[in-house]
Amino acid sequence: MPHTLTISQLTDKLAQGELSSREATQSCLDRIAAVDGQLNAFISHDPEDALAQADAADAALASGKSKPLLGVPIAMKDVIAVNGHPLNCASKILGDFNSPYDATVTEKLREAGAVIFGRVNMDEFAMGSSTENSAFGPARNPWNPDCIPGGSSGGSAVAVAADECIASLASDTGGSIRQPAALCGCVGLKPTYGRVSRYGLVAFASSLDQVGPLTKDVRDAATMLGVIAGEDKRDSTNVPEPVPDYIAALTGDVKGLKIGLPKEYQVEGLDPEVKAATEAAVAKLEKQGAEVKEISLPHTQYAIATYYIIATAEASTNLARFEGVRYGARVDGASPEEMNRATRGAGFGEEVKRRIILGTYVLSSGYYDAYYLRAQKVRTLIRQDFLNAFKEVDLIASPTTPTPAFKIGEKANDPLQMYLSDIFTISCNVAGLCGISIPCGFSVSGLPLGLQLLGKPFGEPDLLRAAHAYEQATEWHTKRPKIG
Amino acid sequence: MREDLQHAVKLARIELSAEEEERLGSQLGDILKYVDKLNELDVEGVEPTAHAVPLTNVLREDEPRESLSHEAAMRNAPKTSNGLFIVPKIVE
Amino acid sequence: MTYEAVIGLETHVQLRTRTKMWCGCANEYGAEANTNVCPVCIGLPGVLPVPNAEALRKTALAGMLLNCDVPSYAKWDRKNYFYPDNPKNYQLTQLDFPSTIEGFVEFEFGEGIERVRINRAHLEEDVGKSTHFSDYSGVDFNRAGVPLLEIVTEPDLTDADMAYDYLNALKAILEYGGVSDCNMEKGQVRCDVNISVRPIGQTELGEKVEIKNMNSFSGVRRAASYEIERQIGVLREGGTLVQETRRWDDAVGITESMRTKEDAHDYRYFPDPDLMPHTPSEEWIAEVRASVMELPLARKQRLMADYQLPASDAEVFVGDAALGDYFEVAAKGAKNPKAVANWVMNNLQAKLTETGGSTADLKFESSAIGELVRLVEDSKINSRIAQDVFSEMFESGKAPAVIVEEKGLSQVSDSAELEAFCNEAIEANPGPAQDFRNGKETALNFLKGQVMKASCGKANPQMVGELLKKILGS
Repeated sequence: MPHTLTISQLTDKLAQGELSSREATQSCLDRIAAVDGQLNAFISHDPEDALAQADAADAALASGKSKPLLGVPIAMKDVIAVNGHPLNCASKILGDFNSPYDATVTEKLREAGAVIFGRVNMDEFAMGSSTENSAFGPARNPWNPDCIPGGSSGGSAVAVAADECIASLASDTGGSIRQPAALCGCVGLKPTYGRVSRYGLVAFASSLDQVGPLTKDVRDAATMLGVIAGEDKRDSTNVPEPVPDYIAALTGDVKGLKIGLPKEYQVEGLDPEVKAATEAAVAKLEKQGAEVKEISLPHTQYAIATYYIIATAEASTNLARFEGVRYGARVDGASPEEMNRATRGAGFGEEVKRRIILGTYVLSSGYYDAYYLRAQKVRTLIRQDFLNAFKEVDLIASPTTPTPAFKIGEKANDPLQMYLSDIFTISCNVAGLCGISIPCGFSVSGLPLGLQLLGKPFGEPDLLRAAHAYEQATEWHTKRPKIG
Repeated sequence: MREDLQHAVKLARIELSAEEEERLGSQLGDILKYVDKLNELDVEGVEPTAHAVPLTNVLREDEPRESLSHEAAMRNAPKTSNGLFIVPKIVE
Repeated sequence: MTYEAVIGLETHVQLRTRTKMWCGCANEYGAEANTNVCPVCIGLPGVLPVPNAEALRKTALAGMLLNCDVPSYAKWDRKNYFYPDNPKNYQLTQLDFPSTIEGFVEFEFGEGIERVRINRAHLEEDVGKSTHFSDYSGVDFNRAGVPLLEIVTEPDLTDADMAYDYLNALKAILEYGGVSDCNMEKGQVRCDVNISVRPIGQTELGEKVEIKNMNSFSGVRRAASYEIERQIGVLREGGTLVQETRRWDDAVGITESMRTKEDAHDYRYFPDPDLMPHTPSEEWIAEVRASVMELPLARKQRLMADYQLPASDAEVFVGDAALGDYFEVAAKGAKNPKAVANWVMNNLQAKLTETGGSTADLKFESSAIGELVRLVEDSKINSRIAQDVFSEMFESGKAPAVIVEEKGLSQVSDSAELEAFCNEAIEANPGPAQDFRNGKETALNFLKGQVMKASCGKANPQMVGELLKKILGS
């Protein structure tokens, strides 16, 4: 069953000729046909195109070519541009938009030989924590289809956890990779801001967005990061830092690594099962030789408010381009203004509308200083908290989410409660750090739980090293949902 | 919906149904109340952070790159004529 | 009561660069609609801007030419407003930390020199171009993302003519610096005019009216002149003015209200998260400063002072900078720079036009024209011969003295020799000789011409005249 393989397993088999990329790709396509009706991870996919790429990869393999992802089927979150493929951001507003260009990460995947296939589900414009806000219907958690898979990259996490693809590329603005990874039991890596090019990633909040992988294990996350990281002259916020060998960081050894536990993370609403699983995971790392100590992040309680002001402000203007003039599903009107209003009223879902209005409000005349400027200042304080903490420790550990996956519809009418569930993941983006979520157990009801590790800017090698060492010592990542 | 929020809706050019307006109005009210939390902090003298990384002078040289073909530029347009993107008549 | 007008101008000028501000599409006028476009400049989902280094250099240079400071920190902001020609529905601009600040422009106005303070010259991006049809409009984004310099004056202008002269001076400066082609037909210069009036003696400003999107300087002059009259008229009749934006109707020659302060835009400016600040180093600034050239007015004033040239001559050398530069080299050490200027403006210019060459192609030494002038002044050759010497110089590149020597063109000033020529002329032309004796002064010129002809042009014309008079008068 090739679709169940990890990247490293598949590339080994491909190299040894035990398997072809066509077989692996077909296996994923069959798996989608079997289970996706239930899970709704894919918005669309083009089997012919995928198989054609697979055949090209097989030809390259036959001629002795070796590339890190040669022949590996990768599913793309519907927010990353792939030339000639639809790009909807899980929204109605883009209509039948078909991208005439590749994102930089797409180019990098192509260069690495990947079979880029499928558009995976998400919260509309990456706004949400449950993948309920999709114009294409909610994605479902493969461990319990009544539950949300997390979001916004829910489709990516479902596709990986349910073996509908080998790995997926997604984006993380406030936890959108890590949170669904935790809730679906896979690995989700958010690289440091500036590590991966954002060119071709449809912007939600430009100063917070980052592209990253969802994978079946930590080694695959390291492989994917090695492919997508690096300088891009088309993204002014991309940092020209050399890309280290992330695989080489996977030594299995955490001796001497200092891990901090923020005392402020003992929050109200933290599920006892989650708490226990995190504590057990940290204890495990300690036993493996890591040093664990308590740290303080005093401005933690302001992170969500700060995030929702900055992210919505940026989003409100990033999404102004969707108005029906140059692309997308236009709703006609007598004047450009009426056309814009009607198009945006009909095209955006409610969460997107809510955030655009909030973001417009905090930037509008008379409110800028009180909201936006203040939030930018608090952002400085939050960032400072982390930089101070990282003087004492190498990594910070916490749960990824305060609870396991909740039921679909449970928080749909209370956006604020939904926002509050991002408490552990949001600061990472606000401070521009890197972070990873790895499986660390299951709830009594059988839902996966995630351990989050945060690293200093460009500290991905330490982050991956610890995550990998923990993974080696446990078996959580090998568990698969029974579905289909 | 509060008048100041209505102003934001107008600026954002989003048509809302009466029902949406009511629901969003109350939810946004709650969220704004929540974010008022930031007023507890003294931020006097704190520099605002606009970027997560401290880069400066990221520039490109003045060298031409290939543009999109006209066809590719127009292919997603809802309405075109004579090579132009067509919109309802602009009246100032 | 007497009123005075207070005018400030915001002038938008397209920079001369090869590519647009944020992408590698050509900055080019006149292409087929929507052909110089890419994902970045039509604002497709997912794209990002990267600033054009040359646009920043040209902006700094423009700032220096306008006597502005170039601060060590500049940043980019989003100005949010919906408009079909605005691809992102926000325009990238520089709100509170522009690339250049606080300068001035000096220009000739009436009899004197006026100075207008410049608040800032900042960089932003142009939008697309709309065309209006009977029941719809169409947008071409070729122009979208072209770098645009906005030059904002302080409200220092006091009348319509002054605004007009300032704009022409500004245009000359920017063209001179190679910052912009300032082609009005191509829409490369556009202007917003802010006008208020107040009773003379009052210090606070009146209610400001903005007239948007003027695309000709004469239009600005007419609109300003109309608007000043209109505002004064309203106040005289006891009315009140409101802060508003008005449109100039060029055909009718009036301004009309577009919107008042109440429905003014709320642009929601904030720092662009996609663009990093520009923090020019001292070296970078010095490099740009090295390309700063003398400005038209300063050049004119210096040419007049240093070479005693009349204003009209100095203007020729301001208008044609290359010719002016050549003049300065040629006039080095010349006793009579005005004569050198005449040679450069008339003979040299004519030859260059004729041959289609430039001063760089000249075969003769830069000092040659000065030497030629000296030969005439020292009566070594007469001015008629000098024309021939110049032609020869232009052809062969030989020095004037060498040409005179080789061709035996030295002026004949020997009395005996000249007397012989005079006598021959009188004998051969008894009629004109008699006419002169009978008091017809002009007849002398005919005889003089005969002498010059006989001497192959080398005779000293002054001496010939005197000799003829002497012989005929005796």
